[in-house]
Amino acid sequence: MIRVANLHKSFHAQKVLNGVNIEFATGKITTIVGTSGCGKTVLLKHLNALLLPDKGEVFVDSVDITTLGQRDLYQIRGKFGVLFQGAALLDSMTVFDNVAFPLREKTKMSESAINKKVPERLEQVGLGEMGHKFPAELSGGMKKRAGLARALIMDPEIVLFDEPTTGLDPVLATSIHQLIARTHADFGFTGIVVSHTIPQVFDISDYVAMLANGVVEEVTPPEIFRASQNPIVQQFIQGKTEGPIQVL
Amino acid sequence: MVSLLSRIGRVALDQIAGMGRLFLFLVAAVFQAFRPPAKIHLIIYHIKTIGVDSLSVVVLSGFFTGMVMGFQGYYSLRKFNAESWLGSATALGLLRELGPVLSAFMVTGRTGSAMAAELGTMRATEQIDALYSMAINPIKYLVSPRIIASLIAMPLLTAIFNVIGIFGSYVVGVGILGVSSGSFFSGMENSVVFHDVYSGVVKSVCFGLIITWICCYKGFNAPPMATGVSQATTESVVLSFVLILVWDYFLTSIML
Repeated sequence: MIRVANLHKSFHAQKVLNGVNIEFATGKITTIVGTSGCGKTVLLKHLNALLLPDKGEVFVDSVDITTLGQRDLYQIRGKFGVLFQGAALLDSMTVFDNVAFPLREKTKMSESAINKKVPERLEQVGLGEMGHKFPAELSGGMKKRAGLARALIMDPEIVLFDEPTTGLDPVLATSIHQLIARTHADFGFTGIVVSHTIPQVFDISDYVAMLANGVVEEVTPPEIFRASQNPIVQQFIQGKTEGPIQVL
Repeated sequence: MVSLLSRIGRVALDQIAGMGRLFLFLVAAVFQAFRPPAKIHLIIYHIKTIGVDSLSVVVLSGFFTGMVMGFQGYYSLRKFNAESWLGSATALGLLRELGPVLSAFMVTGRTGSAMAAELGTMRATEQIDALYSMAINPIKYLVSPRIIASLIAMPLLTAIFNVIGIFGSYVVGVGILGVSSGSFFSGMENSVVFHDVYSGVVKSVCFGLIITWICCYKGFNAPPMATGVSQATTESVVLSFVLILVWDYFLTSIML
């Protein structure tokens, strides 16, 4: 279980998170939505301590990871898989080597076992024949799939998705959503998705959290979220320029 | 007046903090270099990128440096009727000073800038964050192997620069200006002692460390944008050049 308590984060004079409180349900997919630049990715990067808060706590299985030393932190990060916005594949390696990378670095798994497991994962994300290619040779959608295969290769308990469909056309975006839903059903991880692809992302979400003005306004199942009376939520869903959300 | 003083103070504090971060980065890289498991395959790969890939530029610059030394040395020594000492003057100049410094400049331009740009791009495209999130220490994976590789490759490149430079001077002195081949080599043999070779090797090892330390630090901490990468690359080359010359002065004064 992940719990965020009173999280504050500023970059120079700009306050981004201003007392975020949220609990992510184990084994469920929670999607964080909000306007561009509202701090969704910043919040996500606090969950595995890629960023440290100015104030507040992040509990992963009851351990406050903001106070951990480097060794304990690396142990906690082993529970996570992360799909970055641009996939963040290591561009000096092939897709196969990218997916095999955590296994080679963090386990004592034999090469023959790796040669069995990696193609399985690539097959699951629809890249069965692409293992020999380099990231530069892949389309945006393929990179995301390869990134997802790498995020899942260590069978993580928690998977973080940072805008998995940004920059993709609607068809590819739907296929990535379906892929997330299918892999979630297969592996049963706790998924935390940052996205502003609404309403499509509601289809794969168990809960939707609205981040605005540096705080979480609402965390509810998608159907309740859609019907929310909160003016911020309604303005965001309807994409209106007038309302409590200030458009810069 | 107060605001001017506070601005100067802020700049000074920023500079001191920056130097502290630079030093801690080196400490972390050295510490990780000694922590098992050793990344042998990465060290070998970076010996290739730092050493083998810089070979052509080092050979070319070494040859022309030696030829220029042949002409200039001959011109100066002829004034004292000491042309026969050309081999000795060239060898001492190259082994003690020009070999380590110029080959370090070549490696900075050829490989150091590429290191800064590569790590800067990795920062901008979240590849370094990806390593952290996979519980892999990016300093151990990206920086320590490069530092070890440069400590091995730099003395070898410098040695090649020296040999090619002496050959260039020989071509000019003996082949074009008519200095006797025997006096060229016997003068060199009589004047060069082990300490001359040793001081050059020590310098090249130090310069190898400076290049990878500075270039990796600048790339690793580049602002995550296109201008950040270009700025990091430029700063890494300029700072490496300056530190090589400053450190060269101190080493020369200690080991003279």
